[in-house]
This record gives sequence, C-alpha cells and structure tokens, in this order.
Amino acid sequence: MSSSFLNNVGAIFRRELKAYFSTPVAYVFIVIFLFLTGIFTFYIGGFYESNQADLIPFFSFHPWLYLFLIPAISMRLWSEERKTGTIELLMTLPVTLTEAVIGKYLAAWFFTAIALALTFPIWITVNYLGDPDNTVILVSYIGSLLMAGGFLAIGSCISALTKNQVIAFVISVVICFLFILSGFPLVLDFFRGWAPQSILDAISSFSFLSHFNSIMKGVIDLRDIIFFASLIILWLYLNTLAIDTKKAS
Amino acid sequence: MENAIEVNNLVKDFGSLRAVDNVSFTVRRGEVLGFLGPNGAGKSTTMKMITGFLEPTRGTVSLCGHDVREEPIAAKRVLGYLPEGAPAYGEMTPRSFLNFIADIRGLKGSNRKERIDDVVKKIHIEGVMEQPIETLSKGFKRRVGMAQAILHDPEVLIMDEPTDGLDPNQKHEVRTLIKEMAKDKAIIISTHILEEVDAVCDRAIIIAKGKLLFDGTPTELIAKSKYHNAVALVMNTGQCEAARMVLLDLPSVLSVEIEELPAGLSQLLIIPKDGQSIVATISDLAHEKGWEISQLMVETGRIDEVFRDVTIGAPDKLTEEEHLT
Repeated sequence: MSSSFLNNVGAIFRRELKAYFSTPVAYVFIVIFLFLTGIFTFYIGGFYESNQADLIPFFSFHPWLYLFLIPAISMRLWSEERKTGTIELLMTLPVTLTEAVIGKYLAAWFFTAIALALTFPIWITVNYLGDPDNTVILVSYIGSLLMAGGFLAIGSCISALTKNQVIAFVISVVICFLFILSGFPLVLDFFRGWAPQSILDAISSFSFLSHFNSIMKGVIDLRDIIFFASLIILWLYLNTLAIDTKKAS
Repeated sequence: MENAIEVNNLVKDFGSLRAVDNVSFTVRRGEVLGFLGPNGAGKSTTMKMITGFLEPTRGTVSLCGHDVREEPIAAKRVLGYLPEGAPAYGEMTPRSFLNFIADIRGLKGSNRKERIDDVVKKIHIEGVMEQPIETLSKGFKRRVGMAQAILHDPEVLIMDEPTDGLDPNQKHEVRTLIKEMAKDKAIIISTHILEEVDAVCDRAIIIAKGKLLFDGTPTELIAKSKYHNAVALVMNTGQCEAARMVLLDLPSVLSVEIEELPAGLSQLLIIPKDGQSIVATISDLAHEKGWEISQLMVETGRIDEVFRDVTIGAPDKLTEEEHLT
C-alpha cells in the first residue's frame, strides 16, 4: 500500500515538475522572481544602506512577492486539468485523490524551492561583505519555503474550484492577502466590536506575517511550524473535497 | 466470473434532471458492446460511472468482480479507458506520456519496455513519439489516447467514441485493432456511427433520455427495421404501376414504395410483413409476369432507421401497428 502510494505520488510529481520546465512558464517565473527579489533587496530594502550583515531586507519582502507569484504557479494545477479534460484520465487511473493532490502539490512546492535556491548569490554577497549569522539565514530560508507552501496549498485548492485560470489566480491572491494581513487592523477592525476577543486572537494568529517574522529572527518555534504544516494539510484536504464535488461539472 | 462488466440499476441525477435512469447490463469477456444513443442521451455519463469517474446516485458497477466504489483502485487496475475527446497532457510527447502511464500502472523492467514498444507498433505512432501531443493531428491524438488505454493490457476496455474524427483508413485500422483485442477482453465502445456497430460489435445497447431501450445483437437490431428483407426491384417506369398492384396482392407484402430513377427506370421497394423473406416469391412472380428487371436486391435493413425508431419513438405508428397484427 505504502509502496504504491510512493510510486503514484512520485510518478505524478515527476510528470508535473517536467510540465513546468517543458513550457516557458518555469523560466519566466524564475527570472522574474530573481529580478524582483534583487530590486526589493537592494533598492527598496536598502541592503547596503542598512550596513547590517543580515538578509532581513531580502526576506522581509517574500510575503509580498509570494502574494502574486505563488498564485501564478498554483492557478494551473487543477483548473488546467479540468479545462483540458485530463482530470478524467487522471482520476480513472489507479491513483487515489490524495495521491494526486499531494503529487501535484509537492511538484509545485519543489519548483518554488528551486526558484528560492537560485537566490543563493545574495547569500554569497552578504558573506563576502560581512560576517552574518548563517543559522539565522538558513532558518529564514526554511521559514520562507514553509510560507510559500502555505500559499501554494491555498492556491491549489482554489484552482480546483474553477476551470478558469485567471479566476483561480485572482481569488487565490485575495485569500492569500487576507492570510498575510489577518493580524493587521485592516482585517481585525472588521471583526472588532462584535466578535469576542478569543476570535480576534484566533484570527490574528492566522497571520502569515507574524509567523514569518518570528522565524525571520532566527527562532524556529514549533508553533510556527505546526501553524504552517496544519494550514497546508487543511487546504490540501479542502482541495480533495473541491475536486470530488467539482470534477464532473 | 463470466461477466467482466456488471452494471446494476444505475441512476444518475444532476439536480432535478435524471441523466441516467435505471440502466442495467453485463458484458462478458470476449465480447464487444456497442453503446448507441443520440447526443445527450446519457452515454458518456454512464461510461463515466462505469469507470468510476462519476459517482452514481444509485446502483452499482463491478469490473472483474471489483465494485467500482468499494474497491476503486482494484477496479481501475483492470480498466483501460479512453475518455471522450482523448484528453492528454499537451506539452508532453507521446513517449513521456506513455512512460508516465507505465509508472502509474506499475509496469517495470523488460515488461515495461516490451509493452510500450508493442503498443506503439500496434497503434502506429512510431513517427510522432518525440513531438508534443498538442502539435499532433486529431487522428494521432486519438491514437495516443488509445495507446494509453491499452498499455497495461487491461481486461476491461472502455472507449468513448474511439473513431470520432478519424479518416476512413484510420477508422478501419481502429476497428481491426478492436476486433483483434476482443478475444480476451470485455470491451465497450460508444459511437454514433451506426455502421460501426455492425462492423465491430457483438452486441448493441441503445440509450435515449437516460433509459436503456434496446439490448441485443446487431443482427437483432437490424431485424427490427421495416426494411429488413425488403426487396428492391428496378424496372421500366411503364410497368411499375401494374407490378405494384400485383405485388400488393401478395399476402407477405406490407407495402411497396416507388422511386423514379433516370433513364425511364423506377425502383420498387417491396417491404415484407414481419420481416419475412420474400425474395424467392418475388423473383418467381417477376418471371411469371415477364417483367423486365434490370436489378434485384435484398436489403438487410437500415440500422439508422431502427435507431430513429427506437430513440424518438416510431415515426410511423400506423405501419408499426399493422406490422404487428
């Protein structure tokens, strides 16, 4: 059972990952991602001016970059399968829905990891210029990847709800935006006044920003990891439900 | 386990619309079942339920003894399926696509290579193996879809319109292939090309408005035609009115239709009662009366006419009733 699980997830993962690289999507995405991280870090983040040997100017813009770039990766995951009808093929092969969702999700996540890994020149630069705490940097990379995983799980679920990739993109951006800002007045003010404090606390604890910020300081708190992990699992579970109810239409 | 496919009381509702209404049938190993019906009759919906893609509202399907809902993976292992329109991942080449299917089907080692080579040769896609599928012609796309469906040599093969969009030669090839594979498989093909039923199927099922309306052999289907065993005579137009009168007096003749042909000739189409064979009687009669007959043909029946009769109700109720008495 578990060997067929790994076999199937592996097969779907490899197919999906190859699909990114057999179209220009992968290259366009990676080039734009690297270009924007550069701009944000050096011009807006003031990497040189801060005179600090750390990568905070680099990482602090990741949530905002991901807000637009991750839905661009995730929008095609399921809506394309539904549009071209390959979902009927995939779902009549001897794979479970869970295997298909996980395989496709991991491929998108791995692809994001490749893009993230290609930012290594920044790490080399900061080590050349100064003496940064490389543990903090490593932890930040892990945190950034976890956050990307959270965005991707949301995007994957949303893309299962529509055949239209543009709609999948826009809705994913909006939901990801709410998750980034759920600790901020913009979102909290909406609930303040009628919802009890415990709900306000719960909502603000969903904030990607606050969880990522604590990781960025170099402290990996188990709670932050559990937060992202359970968020990913929850959205992927919703993803399977979405496919199950929507695949026929 | 005689029946490789068992479909019991299948019902599918989409909201208040009943798309499939209590359909039951079985397919034995070695049998090719033709699935007929007008567009929107519930053919594809039924196939989607048999393959486990759609959940039925009620009813069960089992493939080689595996219930599609209780043991979906075991059922899908014995199944090869070509969905309508032969969907495939456009950016992949047929080679990488078949490799992906082989991965999922758990084909390994020398068997895997053998199966892929064998299928590629059978389906004749050797020449396009390295081209992205989205750049292939409709015929090749369809073939890649078929290759995918038969890659693991499945016991149950279901194909939704396998010859749609193919040219006559390709159609012929696909039909030959289906017949070749039929020996040890249970095969369902849906089609609205009626001659296909006669050419490849051992049995035919007609579905319209979600209901199963006919289940029998193609011969039985054709025998339902009022043109079954009808005789067409071509003779001089001058003689044909008189001949018609004589023919209508025969107890075995139901009606005679006259159609004028060029060059002073006419065709008499003599329709028998109850589909009985009347050709011997008519040729004797023609001899006796000294008709100059330039052509005499026996019709086997018109499957498209039966199809219309069955699916939209008899267009010609009176004849139908006479026919029965």
